Amino acid sequence: MLRCTPLPIDETVMPAVRVRGLTKSYGSTRAVDGVDFDIEEGEVVAILGPNGAGKTTAVEMIEGFRRPDSGEIEVLGANPADRDRSLLDRIGIVLQQSGIEEELTVAESIAAQSRVYSKPKPLDWTIQSVGLEEKRDERIKSLSGGQRRRLDLALALVGSPELLFLDEPTTGFDPAARRHSWEAIRGLAADGTTIVLTTHYLEEAQELADRVIVMARGAIVASGPPDDLGDRRAGATTIRFRVDHEGAAALGVEPGPGGAVEIASDDPVPLVARITSTAVERGISLSGLEVSRLTLEEAYLRLVGGEGGE
Amino acid sequence: MVSSGRLLVSETGLQTRIFFRTAVAAFFTLVFPLMFLVMINFFVPDGPDPSAPASQYITPALAVFGMVTATFTNLAINTSMARDEGILKRVAGTPLPMATHLGGRIVSATLVGLLSVTLMLFVGWVLFDVEITWSAMPMFALLLVFGAGTFSALGLAVAAVTPSARAAPAIANFVVLPLAFISGVFFPLDDAPQWLQTVAGLLPLEPLATAAIDTFNSNQVGFPTGAFVSLLAWGAVGLGVALRFFSYEPSEGGRGRRRPRSQSSG
Repeated sequence: MLRCTPLPIDETVMPAVRVRGLTKSYGSTRAVDGVDFDIEEGEVVAILGPNGAGKTTAVEMIEGFRRPDSGEIEVLGANPADRDRSLLDRIGIVLQQSGIEEELTVAESIAAQSRVYSKPKPLDWTIQSVGLEEKRDERIKSLSGGQRRRLDLALALVGSPELLFLDEPTTGFDPAARRHSWEAIRGLAADGTTIVLTTHYLEEAQELADRVIVMARGAIVASGPPDDLGDRRAGATTIRFRVDHEGAAALGVEPGPGGAVEIASDDPVPLVARITSTAVERGISLSGLEVSRLTLEEAYLRLVGGEGGE
Repeated sequence: MVSSGRLLVSETGLQTRIFFRTAVAAFFTLVFPLMFLVMINFFVPDGPDPSAPASQYITPALAVFGMVTATFTNLAINTSMARDEGILKRVAGTPLPMATHLGGRIVSATLVGLLSVTLMLFVGWVLFDVEITWSAMPMFALLLVFGAGTFSALGLAVAAVTPSARAAPAIANFVVLPLAFISGVFFPLDDAPQWLQTVAGLLPLEPLATAAIDTFNSNQVGFPTGAFVSLLAWGAVGLGVALRFFSYEPSEGGRGRRRPRSQSSG
């Protein structure tokens, strides 16, 4: 006799966001050109790239605001382009630019927003989590740019989203305001919220993200933990020192002006060992000896082809 | 999921609160039509019917004008502004249905319009001896509420086709003021050329204004079928245009009007 057992469905295997072959063109410009990625539940992923890389276009397609030319998107198991209320009830969106009724107070605005969700967070908790307690009863028109942006975050998180989209949440902030927002975002991540944020600040990606997806010219050029960006771990270590003429000959290196030597290596350890042991044996002075990895910024700039984010 | 009925009530309350906190809008909507009432009554004390003062004609006519201002003009301006500022796009990213949000704006505008109408009748009664026939009031109110629906749909249609919110006040007033003139809202149309009366009769305001004035001044209330047909037809036109052209995305012309952020990435 045949027994039908339901296939074991492991809910945790389904990614929060699944994107395959995503493309979108505006006129002859391919804003997003064949993008694939998954975002797992509970992950904090930063989409990093210079202006015009296609970050916002990609994210707004995932949020359901724009229809892709081709490709598949699944958000919490649903197609975001359907703009289904039950999906929108489970996600929070901070747009890069969005308006707000300025005559309302902070508390009124958050309270009104909370009424549209089935599982709203308490008002006071929400205000506190973005640090706007002192502005609670102020009209929104009196808020600074940074405070407004934190209100945007409050409005996006008041519905207890499982998945939160943040499109450049701290662009234009001063460092203190940025730290404040980072704290709030870290708190949400610690509670298990899946977060997708776009940024052109390297530091922001490094501070917040478990994983960074680097986009340039509409395509993904790298993806991985921030520290691995551009294969920093494996390659591109630079050895620098200054040496006199005889020393250079003994070490078999070609010094530049002032005896400066710079050697890039993917496998620096034996090289450093050889150079230093030769130097010790022959009494060669290696002034200013320095072994350094490519900085994250250098790695990033290399990836995006020298287009700086700022 | 939160029920749409509760959301509509909540959105209506919110929009009404915002309206009364926006001093300019509240002033123009509530005080402007009253100013016309006072001025016209001072300058043109005699009405079309020698037995009745002009106020008996002009008060219900301006009540209609007040309702049109509260719905058509305000919705055209506020909705296109909300679109260009990105308020509608924010709404689109939440489980609040756009229709419920816009519904809240419409109901709120209608309530404000009814307040404007009430003020108009009250001032007419206090200052200009307007006689109010209570038995006619239910039909008068029904006409105004129907008119509110039609002119709300037309207001949303104007917002939908307006390229930028900056143009909305000019477009709305460019439509409303001439329309009010040729529809007998400020003075009776009787001496106007026939062709103009014919054109006015085909537009949405004249049938409503005439029916409202007649209803207001009659003891036996008939059913103004023609006015309701006109309102339904124009309401359908407004709704059709609004649905066809409505977008929650800020239009290019209105983008970045407010505090443009220094960077906008692709």
